Amino acid sequence: MEILEKVTKSEYKYGFYTPLEADKVPPGLNEDIIRHISAKKNEPEWMTEWRLEAYRIWQTMQEPQWANIRYKKPDFQAISYYAAPKPKKQLNSLEEVDPELLKTFQKLGISIEEQKRLTGVAIDVVVDSVSVKTTFKEKLAELGIIFCSMSEAIREHGDLVRRYLGTVVPRTDNFYAALNSAVFSDGSFCYIPKGVRCPVELSTYFRINEAGTGQFERTLVVADEGSYVSYLEGCTAPMRDENQLHAAVVELIALEGAEIKYSTVQNWYPGDKDGNGGVFNFVTKRGLCERDSKISWTQVETGSAITWKYPSCILKGDNSVGEFYSVAVTNHHQQADTGTKMIHLGRNTRSTIISKGISAGRSQNSYRGLVKIGPRAINARNFSQCDSMLMGDQCGAHTFPYIEVENPTAKVEHEATTSKIGEDQIFYCNQRGIPTEEAINLIVNGFAKEVISQLPMEFAVEAQKLLAVSLEGSVG
Amino acid sequence: MLKIKNLHVSVDDTPILKGISLEIKKGEIHAIMGPNGSGKSTLSNVIAGKEDYQITQGTIEFEGKDLLELSAEERAHLGIFLSFQYPVEIPGVSVTNFIKTAINENRKAKGLEPMPAKELLKLIRERMELLNMDKSFLSRSLNEGFSGGEKKRNEIFQLSMLQPKLAILDETDSGLDIDALRIVAKGVNTLRTPENAFLIITHYQRLLEYIVPDFVHVLYNGKIVKTGSKDLALALEEKGYDWIKEEVAI
Repeated sequence: MEILEKVTKSEYKYGFYTPLEADKVPPGLNEDIIRHISAKKNEPEWMTEWRLEAYRIWQTMQEPQWANIRYKKPDFQAISYYAAPKPKKQLNSLEEVDPELLKTFQKLGISIEEQKRLTGVAIDVVVDSVSVKTTFKEKLAELGIIFCSMSEAIREHGDLVRRYLGTVVPRTDNFYAALNSAVFSDGSFCYIPKGVRCPVELSTYFRINEAGTGQFERTLVVADEGSYVSYLEGCTAPMRDENQLHAAVVELIALEGAEIKYSTVQNWYPGDKDGNGGVFNFVTKRGLCERDSKISWTQVETGSAITWKYPSCILKGDNSVGEFYSVAVTNHHQQADTGTKMIHLGRNTRSTIISKGISAGRSQNSYRGLVKIGPRAINARNFSQCDSMLMGDQCGAHTFPYIEVENPTAKVEHEATTSKIGEDQIFYCNQRGIPTEEAINLIVNGFAKEVISQLPMEFAVEAQKLLAVSLEGSVG
Repeated sequence: MLKIKNLHVSVDDTPILKGISLEIKKGEIHAIMGPNGSGKSTLSNVIAGKEDYQITQGTIEFEGKDLLELSAEERAHLGIFLSFQYPVEIPGVSVTNFIKTAINENRKAKGLEPMPAKELLKLIRERMELLNMDKSFLSRSLNEGFSGGEKKRNEIFQLSMLQPKLAILDETDSGLDIDALRIVAKGVNTLRTPENAFLIITHYQRLLEYIVPDFVHVLYNGKIVKTGSKDLALALEEKGYDWIKEEVAI
């Protein structure tokens, strides 16, 4: 397996760190810090109280221990919980951007428009915690669509936020969700009015940028009756030596007849090839489906040292549909414990789970999924398929499917396969003139095809390249 | 074109090939026949550049270049093609996507731009017609769920697309019914030019009824023990490999 070893030993090429002057609170967490964060953001009283209550709940909670991951626990009192970048000089063109960074973007096939966005040339990036502006805003406003930073939403659309925030992921849900509720810095808010089909894909790029500041994003998407929205979330992170904690919460609400498609490409710094550094990613993502609605999660996870993430659907309304399409790549010493929960409560609810795990190096990749059929969920259907691919013989793939059925009319199917990229497959490609790196790219993308094809076009191309880069790294 | 001199090959220190010498000139068709375990597949894999073989002695030259110095893909770029005895499955990669990637990687190695999509599609259509293949082939995952015959036909399809200088057919006839065998033979005969060459490795002589070789070599216990014309294949079929064993024992 010499070839595989060589290929899987290349390192993350996308670490970059932009020194920005930051307005930063001292490390540690107490009620004063939370009041300080809330005051910094000019939040209304109800929000401050909501955060404080979350903090009190968090203090009573324990970190979850059940996941198949090993790591040194973060010292929560050593983290600085807020950093806002001071207004920085707006760049006028890409020529002012670090050429190395541009090279990275080119490798990933990121369009010029997006490169500008990512480097802050033109518009809205979430740099650390405060999002400055939001794209397409005026165009969307004509349709009544609200797409803005969470901070702005709290100030400008307080009623909506207050009505829905914490309704899908309550503050009591888990340790990280409670922490996020207490200290969340910023994130996105999106509201699609009744019957409106959002004409563009909404996207926000997240970057973790300040040494030692955890990032606590909060995203809330509300699709009103009969509306449709496709939301994209993608990330890169600078290379850092110490671990960076990330504990985001994403809540989706699909009201009657609405559809939300939520796509993520996650490429945070995974640590070096010896397992030092890297982002800890503890995310709670959940969607609530009312009658006749649909929520579809698609994720391509290639980064982070630790991934703990289960985008889920609560299929509350009759005839609602939940989907989860996931590719998780782990390399070197990365650990991923990821999957989904499909909670069938309504009648004729349907869910599909397609999970593809790719493990290389000494990494551990676990799928953990729950399919629960409640007593009222007559004729509920689930289909799950979990495929694992191993590269080399030092990595691990694990599948933990949980199935709870409380209604006899339910139909639940689970399929799982494990395969290995064989030297035979690589030789076959080599014999046709295809070099090894390209061969692995081809094989891996073939394996992940069902998931990649769910992504919006431009995102899919980027994701394909990312898969290749995550496993090869040495491109160019 | 291909010159093999005194080739000795071992696998895990067990000698498999024990001094093979063979020269193939352009325009020629050579057949290598031999019983199971005689080293036929080892020979084709070693020419194509599969690792895990120890070359203990001897040389292989292709158009004056030392093949043993080159990686498998570099050999492919020179125009060496192996039709696999057991083609591998690559789930999720369509036949079209695979052949497109292969063609363009070969072009890249020659400093050429990727083949324009229109030209590629035209070539695919022609070749599929030649091999009586159904269009539905193109969108299927490479070799996944293919019958034995479909896999072999897909190998010949790739051969016809890549147009190599030297094509090695490793037991392409095994698992083929008579109709498929005829189609494969027709393909090979159509692709034959004075500039290219074929090395056909087979256990039986029936494929050689349709693809007439210029030379037949009998491989036995790691050595070429007999070389002759196509009549040798017929004699073998009639008398069996025991006849060779007896002859060699003399």
